[in-house]
Amino acid sequence: MLSSTIGYYSLILGLCSSIIIFYFSIINYQDKILDTKILSFTFLQLFFVIISFLSLVLSFINSDFSNETVFNNSHTTKPLFYKISGTWGNHEGSLLLWQLVLTLFIFIFLLKSDNQSKQYRILTLLFQEIIIIGFFIFIIKTSNPFNYIYPIPKQGLGLNPILQDPALAIHPPILYVGYVGSSIIFSSVLAATILNIISREWASHIKKWVLVSWIFLSLGILFGSIWAYYELGWGGFWFWDPVENVSLMPWLALTALLHCIIVLEKKIVLTSWVVILSITTFTLSMCGTFLVRSGILNSVHSFANDPERGLYILIFLFSLIFLSIFIYFFFHKQNIKNNNNFFWLSKETSILINNWFMMYFLSVVLIGTIYPIFLEVISSQKISVGPPFYHKLIIPFLFPFLLAMAIGPNLKWVKSNMENKVNLILFFVLSIFVSGFVLKNLDQKFLINTVLLSSAFYLFFITIRDLFTKNFKNFSQNVAHFGFSLLILSILLNNFFSSEIIINLKVGESFENNKTKIIFNDIVQNKQKNYVSIIGNFTVENFDGKIDNLKPELRIYNQPNIITSEADIKTSFLSDKFMVMNSVQNQEYFNIRYQVKPFMIWIWISVVLICFGGLISFFKKKNEK
Amino acid sequence: MRSKFFPFILILIFIIIFLFFYKGLSNYNIYTPNINVEKDIPLFSANLFESNVEVNSKEFFDPKKLYLLNIWSSWCVPCRDEHALLMDLSKNKNITLIGLNYKDRPDNAKNFLNELGNPYSQILVDETGTKAIEWGAFGVPETFLIYKNKVIKKYIGPLNQQLLVEIKSLIK
Repeated sequence: MLSSTIGYYSLILGLCSSIIIFYFSIINYQDKILDTKILSFTFLQLFFVIISFLSLVLSFINSDFSNETVFNNSHTTKPLFYKISGTWGNHEGSLLLWQLVLTLFIFIFLLKSDNQSKQYRILTLLFQEIIIIGFFIFIIKTSNPFNYIYPIPKQGLGLNPILQDPALAIHPPILYVGYVGSSIIFSSVLAATILNIISREWASHIKKWVLVSWIFLSLGILFGSIWAYYELGWGGFWFWDPVENVSLMPWLALTALLHCIIVLEKKIVLTSWVVILSITTFTLSMCGTFLVRSGILNSVHSFANDPERGLYILIFLFSLIFLSIFIYFFFHKQNIKNNNNFFWLSKETSILINNWFMMYFLSVVLIGTIYPIFLEVISSQKISVGPPFYHKLIIPFLFPFLLAMAIGPNLKWVKSNMENKVNLILFFVLSIFVSGFVLKNLDQKFLINTVLLSSAFYLFFITIRDLFTKNFKNFSQNVAHFGFSLLILSILLNNFFSSEIIINLKVGESFENNKTKIIFNDIVQNKQKNYVSIIGNFTVENFDGKIDNLKPELRIYNQPNIITSEADIKTSFLSDKFMVMNSVQNQEYFNIRYQVKPFMIWIWISVVLICFGGLISFFKKKNEK
Repeated sequence: MRSKFFPFILILIFIIIFLFFYKGLSNYNIYTPNINVEKDIPLFSANLFESNVEVNSKEFFDPKKLYLLNIWSSWCVPCRDEHALLMDLSKNKNITLIGLNYKDRPDNAKNFLNELGNPYSQILVDETGTKAIEWGAFGVPETFLIYKNKVIKKYIGPLNQQLLVEIKSLIK
């Protein structure tokens, strides 16, 4: 009760300090030095949001059901960890977290940007405050996390059990850091465009922020997929679900932006790309918030379906878009003289090619995500765009993309001629042979799969060679690209060699085919704190004599009453053995799904490697020439 | 020349996108129920749960009365949740509750009703699940409001307090 009051009023105070900052920034704009009051108020704004956030966390820990958010999303029998993570497992709390990251980032930005011009810092702050104020009003008006309920309920409704998972507890905060980091890039780009200071120095300053949001966005997506893999029990890690796409789209734009910034650090080219990509990244992040929060999409993530909220974000989003379009066309000046000295075989060209590929992938995902919405509006027809759509449109372009990615980094800036072509061609022949050998037992679609796999192998070999021959020059890029090649390679091999058995069994029965034998030994039931668990005990014998014990679990949660199935996964370096069971209506039988998924763990490892590459780049002092 | 018009075209495009999203927002969107609204009830015959007498849907539903058809099953966990709400609704004299017992065993269904009470004035049996398909149901539980032999409202998934209030206001 008390903490809700404190939380609510600190939100209001936070909004007040944002407005004060906004006002001071406008007054201070013409002065020579930054007013110290601005810095103090930025700290104050952060402080109030922290207080507000902590009081919500406290309400969750104490199970204070006089608070509506707590009542809707918590329960006394929930473990402490999930009580805390329940804070951002809902619409209201997650917005508060979003606000926390926003205010934290602008504070860090002000501290870390001493060496930049004062006007630039003030302008960035101004744009950032517009966003912050927008979100403050959004929270207070439409999704106040501190609403009272009277009479006070005795018990809460509980957190959706599929959200009670460690990977998902940290997934939203990490993703938010990525999203919100892009807001700093957005504000900073608008400021730099107005002042016309897009330069090499600016590029190396903003590169840190691009890297931070890129790393966190990648990690956020990774945790999301790990969660989907372990918890949803469908045996996949990426489903082209609209909400997954919504996090992938800013990632694609941000990746393209990162590459442009690297070029911009060397010479003043691609400035329009940088501006447009920065705007796009942030717009897509906001668009993601809109799509997820408005209930316009159906998905595990859509918490609440409140059209008022959707309308607010929609108007807010489009005001920001129009503002940035206006600033771009009004202030942005092309450096025409610099645009001509692109030689066709240079690093710049290859990065430009990379950008176009990214834009292509981005538009495929974008169309796949919003086309169903548009179609429904026009014809009230429901369609769902599934994996086949994305596969058909993306896979053919993966081949040239991977080749370009292998060759591109080996080119020099400005102009290069292929000295080591023999070497590159040799590697290509090698990869064709390797993939032909790997796929020789696969009868279907041999040609296209070989082509695809050989391009993946090619990138893999080239990046390995670069790792060792380049004496750690450009080490971060090598690691990230190596990670990416590993990612594509593991995804492809995983796709080609996964196998699946689906059967109905009851206790004591067994199933056998020419490769595997599955025996259903027994079933154990026990009661946990907030659910009843039913654990099946299975023995899986492989044809090569290996024996595994798998124990998939069914959980019957009491608050709210939901059954989830926990897959049992035996992970090894070569493959994952994945088993889930589901109850069948007439009780005795269980539906068993057993999958062997090769190289699963390498998918996770490779994403970590990609992020690690970004991290190295972040801590690198000065870029080598 | 091109660059002068370009911003306006871009803004126009974004305005169109905005309108689409705006329109999309007003569409109620939780697993899309309202399609079947104002549709005639399907023709089918089914057995009654207790007497095993076969009835015809056209004779069974009186056009002058308001009905609530609830598809349920003893093995369905959400049905258990909404049952208390149905019990509450069954006290209302202006509406007749009909159950459609979906792919269930008679014994289990009886136990379920003995344990939680029977809100239905009549129960139809759908052992194979085909009748539910006639109704256009996706799963259990689903609830249909029927008046003048037309489905006026359809709810997918368990009812909750909020929907109950909505139903009660419709009854008036």
